[in-house]
Amino acid sequence: MDSVGNIILYFVVAICMVVFSFMAVTSRKILRAATYLLFVLISTAVFYFQLGYQFLGAVQIAVYAGGIMVLFVFSILLTHKPDDTSGQIESHRRIAGVCASVLGGAALLFALFTMPVAASGCSLAEVLAAGPDITMKEIGHTLLGTDKFRYLLPFEAVSVLLLACIIGGVVVARKR
Amino acid sequence: MYSMDLGILWYLVPSVLMFACGVYGFVTRKNLIAILVSLELMLNAADLNFVAFNRYLFPGQMEGMVFTLFAIAIAAAETAIAIAIIINVYRAVGNTDINEISKMKF
Amino acid sequence: MDITLPILILAIPISMFLILGIGGVKMSRKMAGVLGILGMGTTMALAYTVAFTYFFSGDSAFIVDGIRQQLQVFDVTWLAFTEKLVVSIGFLLDPISAMMLVVITTISFMVHLYSWGYMEHEPGFQRYYAFLSLFSFSMLGLVVATNIFQMYIFWELVGVSSYLLIGFFYKLPSAVSASKKAFIVTRFADLGFLIGILVLSFYTNTFNFAALTSDPASALASTGGATFMGASVLTWALVLIYVGGMGKSAMMPLHIWLPDAMEGPTPVSALIHAATMVVAGVYLVARMFPLYLVEESALTFITCVGAITAFYAAVVACCQIDIKRILAFSTISQIAFMMVALGVARPELHDAMGYMSSMFHLFTHAMFKALLFLGAGALIHAVHSNNYTEMGGLRKYMPITHWTFLIGCLAIAGIWPFAGFFSKDEMLAAMFANNWIWGAWMTMVAGLTAFYMFRMYFMVFWWEENPHYKEHKPHDAPWQMSLPLIVLATVSCVAGFIPFGELVTWNGAPYHIHIDPVVATTSLVVAVCAIGLAAWLYMKKNSKPAAMKNAMPTLWKAANRRFYWDEIYMFITHKIIFNIICKSIAWFDRHIIDATMDGFAKVTQRTSVAIKGMQSGSIQAYVLWYFFGAVLLALVTWICLL
Repeated sequence: MDSVGNIILYFVVAICMVVFSFMAVTSRKILRAATYLLFVLISTAVFYFQLGYQFLGAVQIAVYAGGIMVLFVFSILLTHKPDDTSGQIESHRRIAGVCASVLGGAALLFALFTMPVAASGCSLAEVLAAGPDITMKEIGHTLLGTDKFRYLLPFEAVSVLLLACIIGGVVVARKR
Repeated sequence: MYSMDLGILWYLVPSVLMFACGVYGFVTRKNLIAILVSLELMLNAADLNFVAFNRYLFPGQMEGMVFTLFAIAIAAAETAIAIAIIINVYRAVGNTDINEISKMKF
Repeated sequence: MDITLPILILAIPISMFLILGIGGVKMSRKMAGVLGILGMGTTMALAYTVAFTYFFSGDSAFIVDGIRQQLQVFDVTWLAFTEKLVVSIGFLLDPISAMMLVVITTISFMVHLYSWGYMEHEPGFQRYYAFLSLFSFSMLGLVVATNIFQMYIFWELVGVSSYLLIGFFYKLPSAVSASKKAFIVTRFADLGFLIGILVLSFYTNTFNFAALTSDPASALASTGGATFMGASVLTWALVLIYVGGMGKSAMMPLHIWLPDAMEGPTPVSALIHAATMVVAGVYLVARMFPLYLVEESALTFITCVGAITAFYAAVVACCQIDIKRILAFSTISQIAFMMVALGVARPELHDAMGYMSSMFHLFTHAMFKALLFLGAGALIHAVHSNNYTEMGGLRKYMPITHWTFLIGCLAIAGIWPFAGFFSKDEMLAAMFANNWIWGAWMTMVAGLTAFYMFRMYFMVFWWEENPHYKEHKPHDAPWQMSLPLIVLATVSCVAGFIPFGELVTWNGAPYHIHIDPVVATTSLVVAVCAIGLAAWLYMKKNSKPAAMKNAMPTLWKAANRRFYWDEIYMFITHKIIFNIICKSIAWFDRHIIDATMDGFAKVTQRTSVAIKGMQSGSIQAYVLWYFFGAVLLALVTWICLL
């Protein structure tokens, strides 16, 4: 049995997430869409906190909400005038999109509700109690260790990727 | 009510809805940046799934979390490159409408 | 016999062809000419040695109990199809091949020498000599073939050389079309030859001449009495092989290429289209004569075709203006003469005298007809025209040409003691021995021959002087051209006294020639009368020829147009073959075959047009399809799991 506060928090965040997702893809002003995306990302971060992954939530806010959103806003400001609105979406395109999302969503929801794990009604408090706390020391060992379930190699690969990205970004965007 | 416990479905259902929104946006929007926004939504939904599954099914381990960490890093990289390309396209074509960028088609 | 000389006889001309053909561009004219003449001279010396050894050495390899033997100097297997059906390349030495070696090398050498003067200023001099060498090689290979397939190979090679040489002046459209005509007509005839070879070898299981001719009865037996359309397959095979000979030897109705072949250089006409290649058909029949003997219907066919051709060509020759055309028709007529003589030859009639006399005439005709052609070349060289209307009265200006030409004319007319008299007399005697109709008919042709030859002679050398001579004085040709004329004229004078019957007969046994006084007198009288008639009509300028022409305009025109054979061919090819057969085939090709292919292409194109929209280049569309696909897969999985 979870605490009432947790449940209320959940509802607030879940409703925020769904509503802002919807608005992010339907808003005709691109800057607003980006802002709604920011809200969605923050909501996700709150979920991470609620699920007990404080570090992940912090990374989500710092990298996504902080870094990526700044990039978005910059690019929007560079490529759009402030009062730009995107044009009306063609109806056949809208119908295709609605079909795809509704069909896909329905299929996924159907799969979710019929899958066996859905029936195992563990509460959040139970699972939080079942797992040990995730300390920074543990995360550090996981990311930089070389044993089983340790991820030094992917970590380094990602760092190389990021380096490549920096260089690539500069090369692609630089003025010729 | 089904149960007042916060089960795994409570987190997966918003994720599905977010993903559906992302699909809709990706298919319908014409602006490159808006498409990128939709892409981020879908990616985010996947991240949330990783975390929820990790928490509910394997609470003693942290693979889901680590994958999400990497996904966030890669998403950041991808976004940076994508935005660099978008700015470059904007310089060349003058706008970021996906229908206008057809010079390299065929 | 040592194989060195025979191999050299074939190797020298082909190597000359390669040397002159490949390196000729880099050589000077003089060098190419000297090289070609030296090569041919060596070949001639070697051929003489071989022929002399064969005929006169008395070696037991060549002559046993007075019978001359057929000898395969070498015979190398080239292609082995089955155990029995083997194609080999070899060198066959027997009386006729030895005789042909002499004829070919002599004429070829004379022509090589003559061309040095005649072709001096023509472009492509080196190429010309290369082709002459190629032709000499092919012709020598043809006559020494040990088997019918080797003969066929060289048969085609002489056809190619002839094509190349007729079209030597390839910038002249008439020469190009003449070469094509010659090639197509002879090629068409060679199809018959090839089918004949295949039929014959299918039943007899051999290509080898010695095997075929030594035992013709077994060849007949091997067919097992199979017949086709009422005639035995052996007859069919022999007739088809003879069709090949008709093509090369310009028998009716395949004669149409030879008059046009005169578009080639005149020495080439002398070598190929008078002396050597065109008698290949006669040689072919002579080579397979024992086989023909068992199928007399084939021989009768040969006789009939020959008799008709001889008369036709003689009549046409009376009404031509171009001296080379006259000589061409004369050649056709004389070859037909040889064919008739072969056709009437039977062992029981004076030991197949027809065969012997046919070969004799082949020999003498080669000499005096080459002489006449070379003389005509000298005239053309001097006057720059082929038509006798541009000539006349030339005897004062060109004495050497005049006298040699006169000897040639007397020889072909059959006047004693020139070469033609002896061979023609033997042929006529053989024809009378077979059936007096053949004899009488061919005596008439012989009279016509004398008439048209002397008509040409008088028109060229007597009649009236062409006024153009004053500004452009004709003169005798240089020594390179005169020398061959004199040599050949001498040969034409004395060749008749060669005891030919002792050397060349159908079975190798010697035959003593004796002049039949009745036949000889008759033919001599006819020839002299014809010459007298020609002299009366054409010696001095008068109006009689024109009056004759005006009296029978239709006949004259028909004969002048060669009795419209070319027009008939044109009608058949254009109106019937091209218009009806080819058009329907073309229709089928265009509307059925092409349409099917077009249909495939159109279906492909339409499909691609229909589906190319799928590859829109729009990422969103791709994602949409991908997503629908994923959903569909999920659905399928779910249904399967249900």
